[in-house]
Amino acid sequence: MTPEPVLSVERLVIEVARTGARVVDDVSLTVGPGEVLGLAGESGCGKTTLSLALLGYTRRGLAASSGRVRVGDRSLLEMGEEALEHERGSLVTYVPQDPASALNPALRVGTQLEEVISFHRRNEDRAGRRVLVTKVLEDVGLPTTRSLLESYPHQLSGGQQQRIAIAMAIVNRPRLIVMDEPTTGLDVTTQARVLQTIRDVCREHGGGVVYVTHDLAVVSSLAIRVAVMYAGRLAEVGPADQVLQRPAHPYVHGLLQAVPDIEGRRELTGIPGQAPDPGRRLEQCLFAPRCPLAVAECRQAIPPPVAVGEGHRAWCIRVAEQAGAPVAGPGVAPREVAADGSGALLAIDDLNAGYGSRPVLHGISLSIPTGASLALVGESGSGKTTLARCIAGLHTGYTGTISLAGAQLARAARARPAAAREAIQYVFQNPYSSLNPRRSIEESIAQPLHYTEEHPDRAEIDRRVGRALDSVSLSAAVRRRYPHELSGGQRQRVAIARALIVEPRLLVCDEVTSALDVSVQAVVIELLDELRRRRGLSMLFVTHNLALVHSVADEIAVIEEGRILERGPVERVLARPTSEATRALVANVPRLAPVASGAG
Amino acid sequence: MTTQPETAPATPRRSRGLWLDVLARTCRSRRGLVGLALVTPVVLIAVLGPFLAPKSPTAFVGLPYAGPSSEAWLGTDGIGRDVLSRVLWGGREILALAVLATVIGIVVGTALGTTAGYVKGALDEAIMRTLDVALAFPQIILALLLVSIIGPELWLVCLAVAAIHAPQVARVARAATLRTVEQDHVKYAEAFGIPRRRVILGEVVPNIISPVMVEAGLRLTYSIAIIASLSFLGFGLQPPSADWGLMVNENRIGIQQNPWPVVTPIVLIAILTVGVNMFSDAVARSALGIEAPIAPPSMSGSDDVLGGAEHVATEVPAS
Repeated sequence: MTPEPVLSVERLVIEVARTGARVVDDVSLTVGPGEVLGLAGESGCGKTTLSLALLGYTRRGLAASSGRVRVGDRSLLEMGEEALEHERGSLVTYVPQDPASALNPALRVGTQLEEVISFHRRNEDRAGRRVLVTKVLEDVGLPTTRSLLESYPHQLSGGQQQRIAIAMAIVNRPRLIVMDEPTTGLDVTTQARVLQTIRDVCREHGGGVVYVTHDLAVVSSLAIRVAVMYAGRLAEVGPADQVLQRPAHPYVHGLLQAVPDIEGRRELTGIPGQAPDPGRRLEQCLFAPRCPLAVAECRQAIPPPVAVGEGHRAWCIRVAEQAGAPVAGPGVAPREVAADGSGALLAIDDLNAGYGSRPVLHGISLSIPTGASLALVGESGSGKTTLARCIAGLHTGYTGTISLAGAQLARAARARPAAAREAIQYVFQNPYSSLNPRRSIEESIAQPLHYTEEHPDRAEIDRRVGRALDSVSLSAAVRRRYPHELSGGQRQRVAIARALIVEPRLLVCDEVTSALDVSVQAVVIELLDELRRRRGLSMLFVTHNLALVHSVADEIAVIEEGRILERGPVERVLARPTSEATRALVANVPRLAPVASGAG
Repeated sequence: MTTQPETAPATPRRSRGLWLDVLARTCRSRRGLVGLALVTPVVLIAVLGPFLAPKSPTAFVGLPYAGPSSEAWLGTDGIGRDVLSRVLWGGREILALAVLATVIGIVVGTALGTTAGYVKGALDEAIMRTLDVALAFPQIILALLLVSIIGPELWLVCLAVAAIHAPQVARVARAATLRTVEQDHVKYAEAFGIPRRRVILGEVVPNIISPVMVEAGLRLTYSIAIIASLSFLGFGLQPPSADWGLMVNENRIGIQQNPWPVVTPIVLIAILTVGVNMFSDAVARSALGIEAPIAPPSMSGSDDVLGGAEHVATEVPAS
């Protein structure tokens, strides 16, 4: 009845060879011709390991210990290295996450494209290769000019590089293309275009695509079917619209509620707790410790797949309780502007900044009222981080003034009075680098206290560290730990605790969630919003993610090429953008399909 | 509030310090074990030797270049002193000087390198170009130059060898510093106005310890070789003191009568050098493996054991 699948994975198990810990555990999947399967999951769930196994490859230290991977009529795991070399690139191909490192920087892109063809089609002559190259460039929407083919990868933009990588992947008309988050590094506009290319290519030549991503919104705009993984096992597989609108697995449900929505239809809710270490082998449902629906039986055996609909299965014994619960919350309540009207806490006036002779910001004037939260939104390279750094005193190459509560601030942080340094606290994008790996959590949080004017004694420091940990909901058990022992979300909370310990008035949050998974992102956002309300903090929330803005800000300022395009209340700017650029930004944000109203 | 206290991950490992872990790992590796097995006896001889020596290193016990006998197990040297006793006495200075010179070289080099890398700008240029000039001198010539001007003093030998090491250590420290100062925890410290000296000591130095310690092992090997060469050339300990390098020089003319006063120190120095080198190399390897991850895992696939599978990309074969 159904056509022969292009990919079938049967009970695949991938283990750490040394310990026997399972990174991928008993996964079975199929992909039909012309079908796009979205393979989703948070970091550490095994999706990258699984996707590489589809090419017959396991990273060093890992081994596929049982199960089969068939692409077309070939069984990849049983092949030798040499045979695989011929299948990769023609039968099955791979598009990596970062095109900049996938392309050889020393070869012209035309040469690289031809190389793929000549390796797999030995009888094709030079003219024939040229024809194929021209055709494939048209397929991926690139100009077929000589100048493009003669460029080196660094001369192309990120989007163009990614298209070249996709062109290399499709030029030999493979049966299966494995794509590992190929759009993560691209801005939304380019991302939208690349996604369209993938859809077209897939439909035209009938190959299958496995699209690996952590971004469910991307899945919903692209995939026909979705497989969601959790801790190395499948949680749910089914048609995209069903899985994303009526998830049967509590994990998937929680994950969807954590995805920020640009229209603000859902309140952001995180999933408490964290995923188990990859490779812990427990004969139970691995999600049970975090699951709101868990019952005793969940902890007694690995749940079997339960059919919930046509081609829709969930590995959960509680599907009956979960199924039908729509992914919707009460919606974000309209925010009351918390500003108390006592004027601007932070005022920026006619700020021009640059690096050396390269100007980055032009005539920026902004103010943040006391207790208010301003989202500064822009694409990468728009200058938003530079602005944040000027405010924090980390970037001194600017003209114009920045004043805090009416008093003008010196440019360099070291030249500012201690009170001003304490009043403005910066939370960095990357919690993996903002904590000193050689300092315990306790030491990191207490660090600023040693440089304040009051010089608190040891007992006082201890008390305040305890209070700061409390306020970010971390248990006292983390005090003695080191950053590498904590998850990304926990580290970001530590960074927030370190900022709070000096009782700041303004928190500058620079892309604080962009290195985190969605379920963790939601938790951190909730935390920030609560802190803001409880403590009357003002916030500058720098982000490229428009969808988040609803949950964190009263006002939004859109920045492009170093200029503020427009500024206003969040609802107004998102609903009726006045500038063309904002309109494009809003339109290109990938979003989950509209939620069917809860009729189930 | 829906955020609940997260339980910390169930991995209560590493209550010991990082370096204890590195050492434990080193001692489990074959290279580290062999290195340790080579170094330990030589170090024991050098340190405990004077207490075990059957005779005074300067007493005359027999005819010059007498062969091994029950009286003098390794025979006598050119003026009839007991070779075994002189070997047992002669390692202390070379080892102490080598360690001291290495420590001074590392400390000075690290101070220069971190300062240059952190402050940047003109000071960086000034420090690094000066060190480049020092590096341009052949190592042993530089030491000989200093020692022949001022005289064969032990403290001078020590400083000269340290001066040989400092520039190279500074380069290593600076390179590591440049990476570290890009980390946000350093930026945080700056945004909070923490004094520069404290930033270097608290944020930078602890994070460049690994590459510097790796360099230290290598430098210790060089120190031993250079100091042995200097004392062979007569710029180290002066007669009648016992010293391995000096012994080789004093007794090389008698090598046909009694080879032991030449061969024993040479073998000991060789074992020490090779052993230190293997051990420090093993330390370097385990330090690299054990290092706390600083770089963020990529958004998608920090999943697994080892990163970096980018090269399977679309499989372009090397032609």
